[in-house]
Amino acid sequence: MDSQKISVSRLVIKALVLFVVLNLVFAALDLTPAIGRLTLYNWLLPGRERLPYGDDPMSAYNLNLYNLEAMFASHKVAGRPKAVDEFRVLVIGDSAVWGFLLAHEDTLTGALNAADLRTADGRRVVFYNLGHPTISLTKDLMILDYAMQYDPDLILWPVTLEAFPISKQTSSPLVQNNADRVRALIETYGLPLDSNSPDFEEQDFWSRTIIGQRRNLADILRLQFYGFMWAATGIDVYISEEIDLRAVDLEAGEEYAGLQPPELRTDDVAFEVLAAGVRRAGDVPVLIVNEPIFVSDGANSEIRYNSFYPRWAYDDYRVLLQGKAEQHGWAYVDLWQVVDNSEFTNTPIHLTPQGTLQLADAIMAELRDAFDLQP
Amino acid sequence: MTLTQIFIFAALGLAAGRFYKVISRGWLLFAASVLAVFWLQTASLIRSLPFLFPVASLGLAALVWSLTLPKEYTGSKEDGWAAGALGGLVLLVAATRYIEAASGLLAVRPPQIEFAVIVVATLALVGFVGYRLGRGRGLLLNGVALLIIAVLIIFKFEPLGRMASSGLRTLTRQDAGLASSFDLGWLGFSYIAFRLIHVLRDRLGGRLPQVSLRDFVTYIVFFPALTAGPIDRVERFTPQSHGEFKLGGEHLFAAGQRLTIGLFMKFVLADGLAFFALNAANAWQTESAGWMWVLLLAYTFRIFFDFAGYTHIAIGLGILFGVVLSENFDRPYLKQNITAFWNSWHMTLAQWFRAYYFNPLTRWLRTRGVRVWLIILVSQLTTMALIGLWHGITWNFLAWGLWHGVGLFVHNQWVQFSKARPGGVDPNLAQPLGVAATFAFVTIGWVWFALPGPQDAARVFGVLFGMN
Repeated sequence: MDSQKISVSRLVIKALVLFVVLNLVFAALDLTPAIGRLTLYNWLLPGRERLPYGDDPMSAYNLNLYNLEAMFASHKVAGRPKAVDEFRVLVIGDSAVWGFLLAHEDTLTGALNAADLRTADGRRVVFYNLGHPTISLTKDLMILDYAMQYDPDLILWPVTLEAFPISKQTSSPLVQNNADRVRALIETYGLPLDSNSPDFEEQDFWSRTIIGQRRNLADILRLQFYGFMWAATGIDVYISEEIDLRAVDLEAGEEYAGLQPPELRTDDVAFEVLAAGVRRAGDVPVLIVNEPIFVSDGANSEIRYNSFYPRWAYDDYRVLLQGKAEQHGWAYVDLWQVVDNSEFTNTPIHLTPQGTLQLADAIMAELRDAFDLQP
Repeated sequence: MTLTQIFIFAALGLAAGRFYKVISRGWLLFAASVLAVFWLQTASLIRSLPFLFPVASLGLAALVWSLTLPKEYTGSKEDGWAAGALGGLVLLVAATRYIEAASGLLAVRPPQIEFAVIVVATLALVGFVGYRLGRGRGLLLNGVALLIIAVLIIFKFEPLGRMASSGLRTLTRQDAGLASSFDLGWLGFSYIAFRLIHVLRDRLGGRLPQVSLRDFVTYIVFFPALTAGPIDRVERFTPQSHGEFKLGGEHLFAAGQRLTIGLFMKFVLADGLAFFALNAANAWQTESAGWMWVLLLAYTFRIFFDFAGYTHIAIGLGILFGVVLSENFDRPYLKQNITAFWNSWHMTLAQWFRAYYFNPLTRWLRTRGVRVWLIILVSQLTTMALIGLWHGITWNFLAWGLWHGVGLFVHNQWVQFSKARPGGVDPNLAQPLGVAATFAFVTIGWVWFALPGPQDAARVFGVLFGMN
């Protein structure tokens, strides 16, 4: 009986010790990023057309996660070394770029790729959707910083005022859960952001153990499993049959992101982040695009363009952005009104497939003029 | 069962040795099983149902026990204690309504204690009347068996389930317009019903051993086997559920092995495959035959790992409490023919149908002078159709059952045919070919099982075989 008791307690103790040691080693080596790179995509499963994001994973075969390594490892951009005849364009930005409520073939990059553009020397222009459905220039910068390893020839960066306010820079969960990366960017580019923002999800030693990382590890695993349905169906977004359209009749308020009229000042918005992005791209040209917005003609439309923007703030933003672009010599095009009002879906920046085609046409005109990319 | 519930049961099993000093194993298993019926019961939108379903499970168990007692039974102290303990435990559960710390232990708050007292008193009265008047009466035993089957049909047939839900909602003054068969989630009833029918039939056949109320209730609602079987036999189970037991190294090793395999099968393999196993939604979203086969294969392995995983968990937990439950799976996807498959897939269900439907039917048909091949055809088809319908009364479950019935009949005829003509296929070739053919047959059959309607199945077959 005693020997049995001893063997039972030994078994339990050994198992516990092994588990503790594994956790400590896992945390010491900070293995989660390495595990994120382990992927079924781009060899067993086709790479995704856009970064993982999904509010309804079971229907979208897609999910939200914060591990950039895993997100990029699942994207087709990570699966293909750039071919000799490829001109690679990375498209970063918000949910309008990602293609909220749009099938991947109907997104901006889908429309641009369908146009089958060529460079003057005959290279195929291939656009990669690296948008992510949260609005923050800092989030875009972080994605750009990571994506530069994929050897782009051009960066296309559609933006809208919502991504600019300083107060919104760290509100994206993707930013909050990648505090170390963002801090490095703040330091490198001297960004006017608080490195110790309470928005950041801090990671101590214990949160890097297997137990601390269980949610992230489960997300990485789920991303692989959903890859099978992505491969089988080509579905990566859930599009509800009934969509609540963007508001036409608007609230009367003129405040914007805690700012009051009459004037939007340069230091209210994060132009430094935009500048950092251009610096990070180095020799790779960046085309900044001011995204189209819905312009309401309903109640209070004399003081607001839409539910996002009071007129004073948006008008000032356009003037400021134009000025910055001229000052720094950025490639910039303002396309705020190139899409018909009927082609906006649930927010003032989300487009229908038809609206996306209108935007793509306008962008292609700019690409033709500025970069000599022709259909 | 959730992971948390499994770990709590396992911890209880590890610690049970200490309790045996205070309370005997038979009583501990009884009390734990009775309380677990309430704990495991899932929520329902119909008021009080998550309390009444477990009470009904226990009430039915007690009623069937009293009806199946031998006529010469004159009562025993232990059974009296068991009846008292059963009522007391139900009231104890009801009393948690008033204990803040106990809120959250059950899926929903129990009803008022007055209501629980009335329910317990009613059941006690029914049990007493059954005991005094009904013991061993064939008509009554058959009547109760039919009643159980009728309830099973209501729960398995969506329109009837919706009607029942509507009635219950009206009784509880809830919106009958929201009635749904999903309201009627009676945990483990499919298994409880088959255990009860087995007992009733064996009593009628004079094969039932006398069992104490305590052991009988434990047999019906033994918590490791409540949610997904196996459907053990009472004479095999009850001798194990009481008496001396000391958890030793060999038990711990066996239980640990079973639990590890079961948890891995269920929560890693099955739950992982569930992400892309065939279902009603992805059946219409998938256009390529290759990927449709992948989804179907994922379902094929998912259902095995899910079910076999639960069985390993149930057996592992049982071992910790000194009860070795029946095996339910024996590498079914590696069997050489469909008959061998059904001897190794959900074995206790197949054995149940063999004992209480197939064998009696074939015996009866023989006495009617029906030709042998026709007896086999009718028996196989109807048995498998019933096994299909046990999962739910739908066209697809029926088709799945008939598919297997035809398979079993064809295999039977093939065996007869082969016997008459020795030689034939090289055995070295026959085995892998047989395994592959059986696996393909079973896999194709899962199309009906996985999908809710014939249109869904037709669509999947169309894609699988390039007929779209």
